[in-house]
Amino acid sequence: MSDTKLDDPRQSNRTLLVKLGVVVVVMFGFGFALVPFYDQICKATGLRDIDNPDRLENSQVDRTRTVRLEFDANVHKLSWTFRPLAQVVSVHPGEMAQVVYEVENRTERPMTGQAVPSYGPQLAAEYFKKLDCFCFAKQSFGPHERRQMPVVFVIDPRLPRDVNTISLSYTFFEVEGN
Amino acid sequence: MSSIPHDHAAGHHVDHDHAHHPSGTMRWITTTNHKDIGTLYLWFSFIMFLAGGVMALAIRAELFQPGLQLVEPEFFNQLNTVHGLVMIFGAIMPAAVGFANWQVPLMIGAPDMAFARMNNWSFWLLPFAAVLLLSSFVVPGGAASAGWTLYPPLSVQTGMGMDLTIFAVHIMGASSIMGSINIITTILNMRAPGMTMMKMPLFVWTWLITAYLLIAVMPVLAGAVTMLLTDRHFGTSFFNAAGGGDPVMFQHIFWFFGHPEVYIMILPSFGIVSTIIPAFARKPLFGYASMVYATASIAILSFLVWAHHMFTVGMPAAGQVFFMYVTMLIAVPTAVKVFNWVATMWKGSMTFETPMLFAIGFIFMFTVGGFTGLVLALVPVDIVLHDTYYVVAHFHYVLVAGSLFAFFGGIYYWLPKWCGRMYDETLGEWHFWTSFVFFNITFFPMHFLGLAGMPRRVPDYATQFTDWNEVASIGAFGFGLSQLIFLYAVLKAIRSGPPAPAKPWEGSDTLEWTLPSPAPYHTFENPPQVS
Amino acid sequence: MEPKGAMARQAMKAAKQLPKKMAGIAALVTALAPALALAAKEYNLQAPVTPVATEIFDLHMYIIWICVVIFVGVFSVMFYSIFAHRKSKGHQAAQFHENTVVEIVWTVIPFLILVVMAVPATRTILAMKDSSVPDMTVKITGSQWKWSYDYLDDGFGYYSNLKTPVEQIEEGKPKGEHYLLEVDQPMVVPVGKKIRLLITSSDVIHAWFLPAAGVQQDAIPGFVRDGWMKFDKTGIFRGQCAKICGKEHGFMPIVVEVKSADDYAKWLAEHKKAAAAAADDPNKVWDAKELIARGEKIYAANCASCHQPTGKGVAGAFPALDGSKVVTGPKHEQIKIILNGVVTNGQPTAMVAWKSTLSDIDIAAVVTYTRNSWSNHTGEAIQPAEVKADRS
Repeated sequence: MSDTKLDDPRQSNRTLLVKLGVVVVVMFGFGFALVPFYDQICKATGLRDIDNPDRLENSQVDRTRTVRLEFDANVHKLSWTFRPLAQVVSVHPGEMAQVVYEVENRTERPMTGQAVPSYGPQLAAEYFKKLDCFCFAKQSFGPHERRQMPVVFVIDPRLPRDVNTISLSYTFFEVEGN
Repeated sequence: MSSIPHDHAAGHHVDHDHAHHPSGTMRWITTTNHKDIGTLYLWFSFIMFLAGGVMALAIRAELFQPGLQLVEPEFFNQLNTVHGLVMIFGAIMPAAVGFANWQVPLMIGAPDMAFARMNNWSFWLLPFAAVLLLSSFVVPGGAASAGWTLYPPLSVQTGMGMDLTIFAVHIMGASSIMGSINIITTILNMRAPGMTMMKMPLFVWTWLITAYLLIAVMPVLAGAVTMLLTDRHFGTSFFNAAGGGDPVMFQHIFWFFGHPEVYIMILPSFGIVSTIIPAFARKPLFGYASMVYATASIAILSFLVWAHHMFTVGMPAAGQVFFMYVTMLIAVPTAVKVFNWVATMWKGSMTFETPMLFAIGFIFMFTVGGFTGLVLALVPVDIVLHDTYYVVAHFHYVLVAGSLFAFFGGIYYWLPKWCGRMYDETLGEWHFWTSFVFFNITFFPMHFLGLAGMPRRVPDYATQFTDWNEVASIGAFGFGLSQLIFLYAVLKAIRSGPPAPAKPWEGSDTLEWTLPSPAPYHTFENPPQVS
Repeated sequence: MEPKGAMARQAMKAAKQLPKKMAGIAALVTALAPALALAAKEYNLQAPVTPVATEIFDLHMYIIWICVVIFVGVFSVMFYSIFAHRKSKGHQAAQFHENTVVEIVWTVIPFLILVVMAVPATRTILAMKDSSVPDMTVKITGSQWKWSYDYLDDGFGYYSNLKTPVEQIEEGKPKGEHYLLEVDQPMVVPVGKKIRLLITSSDVIHAWFLPAAGVQQDAIPGFVRDGWMKFDKTGIFRGQCAKICGKEHGFMPIVVEVKSADDYAKWLAEHKKAAAAAADDPNKVWDAKELIARGEKIYAANCASCHQPTGKGVAGAFPALDGSKVVTGPKHEQIKIILNGVVTNGQPTAMVAWKSTLSDIDIAAVVTYTRNSWSNHTGEAIQPAEVKADRS
């Protein structure tokens, strides 16, 4: 009959409302947290790592096997020519090697691009150790400038034995210059 | 005010109620009454169902023959996209909330929802969102056209119709979240004394679990479409490889929402079927506790299977194997539910009025959809069926012959309680049989089209797909026309159906049937005692 | 009392008629079924032409049989119950409502059935990973709205455009046998060799789908995805893009021609020679007739779907080129539109940028063609060097 009887359920309703509201906010944050989470998982599984030089622990050359490397180049909506000078190379795991890519800016204006690597199979990313690569930094080109840029790398001998072919593909995207 | 309980004796208290509430349009705009709001949700969802249905008929009309006869491919993609968004966010989900609003307080003996005013806001957000979504057809560039799944980079490319869609999704999400908070609080805090959790009707359980799923995943969808919005307009690169992002990440975030979403759309229907079968078999639901655990298991597992929508994206084999196994596992609690329903029917004393027809139709055809889902769960088979018409067949079986049929059953079942009048049983049966036959004519051939290799979301097709497309289009128009029978049946009942008794269904035993028909405006202001 | 009695009678009538109705439906379907079955040709997966596709086909049949057996079993029980346990037949309702043993049994048995399905499926997933050394690699790039194939080992590549004439699609002309599944230059591979596929996209997500080979792989911009296939037999096999990618998603088919080793070697040699010849000297001066002939092909493959073969466009959607101010006005305006596309009020339009898809000579050719066709007679011949100069 009095108000005290109503207060109790109203209070517990309000408390639950707040608790559930917190859940909603946390899940919204979780959605955004999935972004760095996804990056970390990709790095941890070796599926995708992009920008940094790799450290090589084991430099023992494994001459019992060769790995066939295919090099591929793409431009994303750019009037550039971008090609590897050698398309197929065979290496032993542990052996340091170099390939050269050539880029030409075919336009009249200075442009800056970023090359993003991608590997087939994806797990090869973890074993393809790049010691020097033009993909680590944005690359600026003047009008009609043409440059050759190296990638120095080693295939980690821990590469699973059933992987005998790796494709390294770069896609050049235009980005804001420095 | 009077302390005489209103919850017994028939109709004469109705006049008493009118004196306290606004009438006409203001009543509907300002109402905080769970019955009114339930009615609003249900009518809104039906209007959206018809709108989405017209889009489907336009799609099937174009696909009747190979060649482009009626619409441009770009507009076709818009129809496809908005059809999906309208049916999911405008028809199925609001209808489910409408059922929750009407039935949850009645079934637990509560006077109303926990937060009555928030309940009003939850509803009125929806027509606003619907206007945003539907008006996207007439803005420059037209409506969103990347499919309801909105994958970037395509969805980052398209015109402002996508932005309207993103805003509409945000608003509909907010509505769902508020509604779910309301439902959870009502169920946990406002049950009549004596109604323990394990005495609640199964419909209440399925909505409790659905509401938890909603508050867990709708915010994730909000995050995903916000990231699309900022990629489109504010220079972020969540899904753009150029900036270090990844279009596949959208798919992961989206389907983390998307898979629980499909269970959100089916669990309330499981609850309705679990109400109707025992009532018409005149026998208690078999394995109540088992049904509760099965529903909870399905909900928990639904968080672990999202990548089965992405088997062709280039996932490592280990990932494919994991998601395949967990997806197959969901078949177990689902099968348990089907067996429990059949066991409820077994050795009952059944009659087959319209609600029961729809419930049995649900069990039969939801199971077909479940089997095709199992086929799709197998990665190697999915490789040749992904993004084909086989998938279209699968999800229409579970959502239309599943969810929607259960909703139809629920409306015929509860209409006497809501409006105090009986529907015409002959009309109801006509609605069921025509819907059942035309549904199968429309969607069963789509399995064959998918197996034969016809892709989804195409306005035209190679000539070997013609025959089944013709059959499907004929079925679609039949199915669409059949829904007019439903509209007529409901309107006829409301206007001039014979008065319904408090308990028109002999075998029903939940609290709402202790109330007069129609249920008075305010009910259970003093909670009933539950034994 | 009165309403209840009437309703009860209605209910009894409904219940008695249910079996009759179900029998009626069954009769109707049985009568129509042969007609439908004869009319339609497709019921199952396409005939497999690779070992992977064969495994997939067999796995699918195995699963279907298991599902059919379970389905028939469960619904026999349900329909028996519907017929036997009816109130109208006088059956009284039992009141049992739980049984833990039964619940456990019908939880464990489905689980075991799933294991029986999962074992062969897992084996097939692992077989699809095949890691033997590939014999050749083809890079497949999806664009809006065509595929391109690059033979990385042999240094050439080409676009593969839909070949079905617009008149068949939009004007109701009689459709060819391979309507929507025919291209100007198919992908060509040798039989029996393991072909490595590197799949990527130049714009949005597409998917390369060849059902008879059991291959479907998303094409994701900025990333390569690898796959493989090995054909058991020669022949021509067709598929389509399987991920919505914009307005022409349904019009970018895939055709793979599998040749014997000898025929493939011949084809390869011819193509390498033609590719070398077509590696155009940038300083060559082209004459108008060559440009117009080449431009007509470019136009048909890339422009006609919107601007129409007649050059008349579609009112309100795609501008007419015949008599257009752009096409008859200063040539650099038209070249720039083709290179960079058209953006209106900050929104991209259906006129995309072609600078990455068409070479200088191709753009020069199509510009020359449009300026000298229909009622346009500017008499100009555009050289590739002019297009190159406009790329900025």
